[in-house]
Amino acid sequence: MAKVFIYPATSLILSDLVARFGHKPLGAALGIRERIQTAGVDSPPLQITPEEPKRGLKYAAVEVPSGVRGRMAIYGPLLEEAEAAVIVTDADLAFGCMGCARTDELILFTLRQSGIPILELKYPTNEEEGVQFVAAVRKFLAGLEKEGEA
Amino acid sequence: MAEYIPDYVGTVTKYVFVESPSMTPGELALRAYEASEGVLIKETCFGLQVTGEPESVDRLIEVIRAFDPSHIFVKDRGFPPGDPRRCRANLGGARPGYLGHEREFRILRYITRGLEELDRRGEEAEVPEPTPPAREKKPKLDIKRLQKLIETEES
Repeated sequence: MAKVFIYPATSLILSDLVARFGHKPLGAALGIRERIQTAGVDSPPLQITPEEPKRGLKYAAVEVPSGVRGRMAIYGPLLEEAEAAVIVTDADLAFGCMGCARTDELILFTLRQSGIPILELKYPTNEEEGVQFVAAVRKFLAGLEKEGEA
Repeated sequence: MAEYIPDYVGTVTKYVFVESPSMTPGELALRAYEASEGVLIKETCFGLQVTGEPESVDRLIEVIRAFDPSHIFVKDRGFPPGDPRRCRANLGGARPGYLGHEREFRILRYITRGLEELDRRGEEAEVPEPTPPAREKKPKLDIKRLQKLIETEES
């Protein structure tokens, strides 16, 4: 079982397919859950503390806005953990404020630089593309199993 | 800043989405309750949220999926159910993340079709792969159109 980073990190479809085909999806929920379940000092509305931008320094330079570094404190450890990635490139749900947009760019850049196996796709727009989409994900994930065995 | 004492420590929460012609979220909830064994289940308009010990949740998800494998989809959730930072009862509108779910829910039928078709064709069947998306440059905004937009905005 490989740890597969999914982008968009909140994607239901990718999360489900990766888990369905026997791997562990790494998405935003895992990072958020870790913070939600850690006791500490409250910083509404999220359990993001002033410490997060400092932790984010590991993944982005100090000149990078703290909003990006704060987000990278969540995604960075997941990216380090990832053994493969599935990316949907035209995901129109992966939008947000400038902090989210720049973090998304940094996530994609980091993934492409990391050298792990990556599958890039577009969301299906009809049934035939749906078959191809699922087939491509299944084939990619099956290939990971073989790599792990070798 | 107040001290933060988290609820449901050590548990996992998962969303279960059902997009099926033969099963409603209410029916799925009833059947899930029968197999829950201590897992907290919350019925929603799209399916369920289940919260509990990781092993119990995994076991329940396995049982739930078996009801309608190609029409039931599962993903992790960071927040526990009813968390005031995410619960729409406190926010007065759609909860953050709702729009993403709505967008993906519309294309779940294509994924269902893919799962059913691959199931029918079997493991070895050849399926043409989608061509990898080319990273095309988006056409630049025409200067005349920009000028027009600015003028429209100003008037």
